[in-house]
Amino acid sequence: MNGNEHEHVIEVTDLRRVYGGGFEAVRGITFSVGRGEIFALLGTNGAGKTSTVELLEGLARPAGGRVRVLGHDPHAERAAVRHRTGVMLQEGGFPSELTVAETARMWGGCVSGAMPEAEALDLVGLGRRAGVRVKQLSGGERRRLDLALALLGKPEVLFLDEPTTGLDAEGRRDTWALVGELRDAGTTVLLTTHYLEEAENLADRLAILHEGRIAAAGTPAEVTAAQPSRITFELPQGYFVGDLPPLDDMGVREHEIDGRVVRLRTHELQRTATRLLVWADTAGVELRRLDVRPASLEEAFLGIAREAAGAAEKKEYAA
Amino acid sequence: MTTAMTTPVGRMAALARAEVTLLGRSRGTLFAAMFVPLLLPFSVREAAKGMDLAEAGLSLGTVVLPASIGFSLLYAVYATLVSVYTARREELVLKRLRTGELKDTEILAGAALPAVVTGLAQSLVLAVGCAVLLDVGAPEAPHLAVLGLLLGVVLCASLGAVTASFTRTVESAQVTTLPVVFLSMIFSGMFVPLEVLPDRVASVCELLPLTPVITLLRGGWTGDLSAYEAIGPVLTGLAWTVLGVLAVRRWFRWEPRH
Repeated sequence: MNGNEHEHVIEVTDLRRVYGGGFEAVRGITFSVGRGEIFALLGTNGAGKTSTVELLEGLARPAGGRVRVLGHDPHAERAAVRHRTGVMLQEGGFPSELTVAETARMWGGCVSGAMPEAEALDLVGLGRRAGVRVKQLSGGERRRLDLALALLGKPEVLFLDEPTTGLDAEGRRDTWALVGELRDAGTTVLLTTHYLEEAENLADRLAILHEGRIAAAGTPAEVTAAQPSRITFELPQGYFVGDLPPLDDMGVREHEIDGRVVRLRTHELQRTATRLLVWADTAGVELRRLDVRPASLEEAFLGIAREAAGAAEKKEYAA
Repeated sequence: MTTAMTTPVGRMAALARAEVTLLGRSRGTLFAAMFVPLLLPFSVREAAKGMDLAEAGLSLGTVVLPASIGFSLLYAVYATLVSVYTARREELVLKRLRTGELKDTEILAGAALPAVVTGLAQSLVLAVGCAVLLDVGAPEAPHLAVLGLLLGVVLCASLGAVTASFTRTVESAQVTTLPVVFLSMIFSGMFVPLEVLPDRVASVCELLPLTPVITLLRGGWTGDLSAYEAIGPVLTGLAWTVLGVLAVRRWFRWEPRH
């Protein structure tokens, strides 16, 4: 690592994007990505991930706010940025009648300092498919071709919009390994995904987008830590919630009862679990269907979606 | 380490090379671009035989030759480019290219190069063919012929990009290109020389985009067009080119409608 360790390669301030019809896809988001960092934008479809990435790639001008990539405005100062970035769009972008090798040659001619095309194809395991037309590739192979072309110029900054959509489990792991190696070699990576596992595995930091806003951000551990852990069990016959030790005392934040099933949410998993198990042991009862689950990114993600749905419902009632 | 930077010429060459490959693989476009312009002159020849050309100071050759080059510009350049730009946009190729180092004008120019070269080569073949077969001879005012040809190429390329902006699919390009193709054929002095039309009709026809191109080409061969008379067509042609470029900047779509 050099002295630029903390340099912000990507800086986004109060970014907004409004489409022609007036739809506000990005509603004021702020984040930054340091050199050699993998940053994931996570969100459901329509959360604003692609709309955001396209602004970072310089494909469109923001309706408001500021984007800087390597210190430049990627839209207005395109020439200063483009030879240092690699882009993988969410979808295709290659003439279907060209072969893999012809496509790579076309791109190679348009990329400064390109590595040999065959080398890039080998990186993603497409070397043996060089003579095949793009239209005959599977969805996963097309994604890998796109990745190979994004890597051709050995970019400092890599934008990957859903890089593993359509890949099988093995292909996904290969891509993760490759992206991890690039990061270790100093490449800054911004990726979007709706696979939580992908963000959890790859990202140094992430932001969860919801309806054009950042709902949560930080390292995967930080985002997860803000979420409660969960304990679920079935109350033994003849017992009621009131028979448990006082919930406050157990560190329980919230509880839900669904028939005989009790769901506890806590930020102190060990304390809550210990009190519960000691109680069960002392009472000599068995807690059926016991499930103790630490907070996960998935919980965080679902929690955000749930909160948003709840808010939308409230709004409807009010109306 | 210093990185070898790409140049505009290098980038456009890479793009053009891919487009040549694609043109070779698209039979329909290839046929329309290569053969239609070479076949159409025969029909003009039949039509022209029935006109009183001598009275207008024209010959069969000086009618058929500019018309042939006009066809080439319309089919090999204009119609081909409408298909090319539309196909590349719909396959998201244009969007993908815009993420790279190519500038917008380089993308449009690089993709247009094979069609433009085809059009120019065809024009040359047609000119030589007509010169020999129809006894037209060499152009009397070659500078006007060259000017007309260059104007035609730039104009047809920009009109192609404008038309592609309003074309949803490659199939619908067969329809969206018809207005320009037919209006030009009938009213720009290709099938019917403006000289044999009533004056009032002719003066309206002079304002059409391809008319100045045909006028300059014909004048180039006959040598009847004085420098003063050439100003009008040149200005009209330039005006259309500027309009075309502005229209591309205003309306050209780089990605499909959502």
